[in-house]
Amino acid sequence: MSEMQPEMEPVKHEWPLYEVFVRSKRGLNHVHVGSLHAADDEMAIRHARDLYTRRNEGVSIWVVKAADITASSPDEKDPFFAPSADKVYRHPTFYDIPDNVPHM
Amino acid sequence: MSFDNAYEAVSEANDEARWAFGTGFEDPLSGVDTSLPSGVDGDDLAAYCLMLGDDALIMSHRLQQWCTRAPELEDEVALANIGLDLLGQARLLLTRAAKAEGSGRSEDSLASFRDEHEFRNVRLAELSTHDTADFAGVIAQLLVFSTWRLALLQRLTDSRDPVLAAIAAKGVKEVTYHRDYAAQWTVRLGDGTDYSHQRMQSALDDLWPYVGELFESHSVVERLPDIAVEPSELRVEFDDVLTQVCSAATLTVPDAPARAGVSGRTGRDGVHTEAMGYLLSEMQSVARAHPEATW
Amino acid sequence: MTLRPPPTPHGAHPETTTEPLEAHFEHTIEADQRIEPRDWVPEKYRATLIRQIAQHAHSEIIGMQPEGNWITRAPSLRRKAILLAKVQDEAGHGLYLYSAAETLGADRRDLTERLISGKQKYSSIFNYPTLTFADVGVIGWLVDGAAICNQVPLCRCSYGPYARGMIRICKEESFHQRQGYELLMTMMRGTDAQREMVQESTNRWWWPSLMMFGPPDGDSPNTAQSMSWKIKRHTNDELRQRFVDMTVPQAEALGVTLPDPDLRWNAERASYDFGEIDWSEFKEVLRGNGPCNAQRVAHRKRAHDEGAWVREAAAAYARKHREAV
Repeated sequence: MSEMQPEMEPVKHEWPLYEVFVRSKRGLNHVHVGSLHAADDEMAIRHARDLYTRRNEGVSIWVVKAADITASSPDEKDPFFAPSADKVYRHPTFYDIPDNVPHM
Repeated sequence: MSFDNAYEAVSEANDEARWAFGTGFEDPLSGVDTSLPSGVDGDDLAAYCLMLGDDALIMSHRLQQWCTRAPELEDEVALANIGLDLLGQARLLLTRAAKAEGSGRSEDSLASFRDEHEFRNVRLAELSTHDTADFAGVIAQLLVFSTWRLALLQRLTDSRDPVLAAIAAKGVKEVTYHRDYAAQWTVRLGDGTDYSHQRMQSALDDLWPYVGELFESHSVVERLPDIAVEPSELRVEFDDVLTQVCSAATLTVPDAPARAGVSGRTGRDGVHTEAMGYLLSEMQSVARAHPEATW
Repeated sequence: MTLRPPPTPHGAHPETTTEPLEAHFEHTIEADQRIEPRDWVPEKYRATLIRQIAQHAHSEIIGMQPEGNWITRAPSLRRKAILLAKVQDEAGHGLYLYSAAETLGADRRDLTERLISGKQKYSSIFNYPTLTFADVGVIGWLVDGAAICNQVPLCRCSYGPYARGMIRICKEESFHQRQGYELLMTMMRGTDAQREMVQESTNRWWWPSLMMFGPPDGDSPNTAQSMSWKIKRHTNDELRQRFVDMTVPQAEALGVTLPDPDLRWNAERASYDFGEIDWSEFKEVLRGNGPCNAQRVAHRKRAHDEGAWVREAAAAYARKHREAV
């Protein structure tokens, strides 16, 4: 599998995927609420505010590119990456594999 | 929420605050004195409220027409947000107009049963962009409209009419967001690809002739000195913002003469573009087909 | 589209490791625990879910069109605001669902391509036209009502991100249903013409609403597997019956007649019996010959294609400014 390049940019996305975390009120942690696509960080914040908070003022939002998250996940059964801590490559289309390749 | 019985789940939730902002569950006028300020001519105040209300109503209509046509789903949500905010402003302002004229009309009779010459919106608001899928066009329109309206509403928060002041205070927050949305897209399109740069520049060039009208004074405004905002006072702030945005976007602020009206009469006097008739025939069709109906 | 990660570069042997993984997966499902994004899952579970979630997302997005058709003509400003907010919610629901599909390795752009090239389907109900303003109310009442029956059990679906998305969506859908019903009640209290409009609209939407639950159980080959994986919790016919039972009293309260002469209470079953659904129509619409199939897909395709230069411009801007930093 020498052609596998985990670090490469997702070729198919015009706009990368961002994960969204929202602190709905003071005293609570930021909680993961979902994801969205945006061209850049600023647009991601704006979209997150529109979509996940409906512009509710006073809530705090974090956005981070999905590709930039590093995760350890002892309870998740992922044979492909265990046991080392790794990037959240939960999006296998990050790997450019031709459609005609059967079950790899 | 019950997950086993759909019927219960339907009747259970009543988290009203979440649903349909812009539909008036939260009253921005609660606690505001709605009687007319002393010494004010009701018809003049009504006319002024119609001007600002029609601007919002017609611009909102143009944004509604973008629904299901946005370049990306996230923008679908954003454009609807802006359309809803403006619709909310229109409702408050038309309601105020009805109260000021004391005729017993309502926001709906004003929206649906006035004829074209009675609409007092600026012509800029009625320009159509969705039919040619002109995203640069709607962004240019929104940038100009919201930059101008924000400057106006900021000053209107000091109005002697407490209702107008309260509507303006609510509107300032909303329109700040609209201007920011439009400015961000102007910069991205202006400084994006060569093609998008051209599209954005020509969109601004095309609508610029309608900009002059935004700052023209009007006899109604002159008769409401401490109630209404004098439009010519807004020009400096407007030019300043447009210069900054265009500079960041690598665009040129257009320089074109104002488009003439008819015998000096333009949108504020009920003289519109040809597009307005089609807009109203769509907007008013159901209401007029059933004048006795309640909805 | 590739839907699963490639084999590990660390030298593990997938063929010797899938067995305990499969057992772990089965055990998780058995224990009513949620499957989460990075868990190992059988390929068919992943593919089934992606297809279902994508079709669900497409339905939300295509479903914006028939209702969006009436926003600019809404006869009161309050109804206009509610309808615009509702259609906006549907865009939001589509986004939540695409987001859930992406956790399984799908790519939203791929899914959109599949929608506009006709490779993936959406709920057939949206291939019917909206012809009067009463349709806005009837869609809220019947179509959203049927959708809720279908969707509430999905809040307990075995796949975590889908289940969580559905909780949020169901809450919002219940407002949609209520606004629809409330519009119809208002219209029924109005003029004769309005009452006729509501009845005529109900006549058009009733049978297509019943078809929303899919083919009868005998013709639904995937149901058993989906139920054993707890992707699906009830059969099509169970959900359809539930919908009929909850809707008949609502129709009575409203004062409209449901267009089915065979509809009657069955005391023995403690449920309503209802007439035979015209499955040939269902199949025709599914095959692409419904009144609006071509129009809906073409509209979505046009918006997507015409937005390409805009998305490209934003990406170009982001690239420029990333390099500049």
